[in-house]
Amino acid sequence: MSAYLSINNIEVIYDHVILVLKGVSLEVPQGKIVALLGANGAGKTTTLKAISNLLRAERGEVTKGDIQFKQRRVDQLTPNELVRGGVIQVMEGRHCFAHLTVEENLLTGAYTRTQSRAEQKASLEKVYQYFPRLKQRRGSQAGYTSGGEQQMTAIGRALMANPEMILLDEPSMGLAPQIVEEIFEIVRDLNQREKVSFLLAEQNTMVALRYADFGYILENGRVVMEGEAAELRSNEDVKEFYLGLSSQGRKSFREVKHYRRRKRWLA
Amino acid sequence: MQFFLEVLIGGLLSGVMYSLVALGFVLIFKASGVFNFAQGAMVFFAALSLVGFMEKGAPLWLAFVLAFVVMTLFGIATEKFVLRKMVNQPPIALFMATIGLAFFVEGLAPLLWGNAVRPLDIGLVDEPIPWILDNWNMVISSFDLAAAGIAFALVAVLALFFQYTRVGRALRAVADDHQAALSIGIPLQHIWALVWAVAGFVALVAGMLWGSRNGVQFALTFTALKALPVLILGGFTSVPGAIVGGLIIGASEKLAEIYIPPVMAGWFGGNFGGIEGWFPYVLALLFLLVRPEGLFGEKHIDRV
Repeated sequence: MSAYLSINNIEVIYDHVILVLKGVSLEVPQGKIVALLGANGAGKTTTLKAISNLLRAERGEVTKGDIQFKQRRVDQLTPNELVRGGVIQVMEGRHCFAHLTVEENLLTGAYTRTQSRAEQKASLEKVYQYFPRLKQRRGSQAGYTSGGEQQMTAIGRALMANPEMILLDEPSMGLAPQIVEEIFEIVRDLNQREKVSFLLAEQNTMVALRYADFGYILENGRVVMEGEAAELRSNEDVKEFYLGLSSQGRKSFREVKHYRRRKRWLA
Repeated sequence: MQFFLEVLIGGLLSGVMYSLVALGFVLIFKASGVFNFAQGAMVFFAALSLVGFMEKGAPLWLAFVLAFVVMTLFGIATEKFVLRKMVNQPPIALFMATIGLAFFVEGLAPLLWGNAVRPLDIGLVDEPIPWILDNWNMVISSFDLAAAGIAFALVAVLALFFQYTRVGRALRAVADDHQAALSIGIPLQHIWALVWAVAGFVALVAGMLWGSRNGVQFALTFTALKALPVLILGGFTSVPGAIVGGLIIGASEKLAEIYIPPVMAGWFGGNFGGIEGWFPYVLALLFLLVRPEGLFGEKHIDRV
């Protein structure tokens, strides 16, 4: 497994006082989908923003450790330089440009590329191939499209930058299970056909582990567990705490107080 | 009828002058979603710089170029020292920053160039065009006509720029969502410096025209007040809206000034002159009730 994107023992502090990541290390191999799992406030988004250098806009700072992409240090770059280098983030909550049409949204994604009109048209067509729904809605303002369509727009917009790696933050947020499934299918497609690597932050552990190759679990700003996705799925602790399953099958909330398994790791 | 037309055209042309100032607001509002309180001060600063360079012996074109350079530097400095720290802060914080900036500029400009009222001659005369006077017996100022032409050209270029170019699109994207724009690699710094420089250019044109009409003086900062109703009517985010709003405000205030006082005097007696001064604001207020986003402004989109 060659280190493609590697995070080495980073610490992130917000506002000079709030310690959010306490030594996180992880690796994304080329061409794989890696899931970053954990509850609210575990540090998933912070980890992604540390990579994409969006932290500084939120008064956050990587104070220790380093981040490398293709053997090159990237934690001191601007987001613009990083996007040019092939890594782009799709932010949590979609963040489409509400007053731009879907097509204009996609075109802004190509800002960092210098393309001829024909090339630009070709990349648009490619995105529409993956997201046929966007083609139908190309002329409507993104603010008036559905949540699923906005998520597609956000991913499509990132694709327009021709990335080698996408940092995808919580794509399932606020979407119907069917749409979540649709979006993850497209992610897998992109991964296999376009060879885009993904680092995927998700709360929806069940879905994420079905599509990912590898997973990390974060708690309180630390990686508490890592492994092959299949391995994690069958792990007793993960089942209990993240998938809502216990050794007796699906857990009933009537019995939830009776017995609580102790975590086997220290958080 | 002829008199009506004369008033109407005079009003429309003077409205275009308001549009010019409004345009500067629209630019910055579009690119950063903030109402730039300092726009009036920038008009003043730009006009003063222009006059200042001319007094030092530069011909008009050179002074114009130099003043543009000054405004560009000002734009870059604003981005570097004010806006950069404000990424991702609520709009109200940015707005407050522009208030501070306004006071700073209002102090800086006289410090650099002196504070005397100075005339500005740009070679346009404020006289009726003889040909129109002869044929139609209407008084239309050549100055107004030229100013209108300049404003229209500026608006057309900017509207096309925003709608169809890569950078124009990026500007609109930044206005919608700073962070998302950052995340897809749009360099906020460049975009903001650029838009402030363009707003500086617009301020320079507005300052030049207003200054040559009324003299270059501190009162130029108040032209911004005239732009407010224009913005409310046309919409804060629309370049064409600025021009349409200006036309409506200009025409309606002049017509109101001429035709309302006699009627009011007939009803209540007394003198009702000076309606021109406040009529636009009443109009804007009424408009706010009906269509708060303005004629061409972006509707606020909320998911429920």
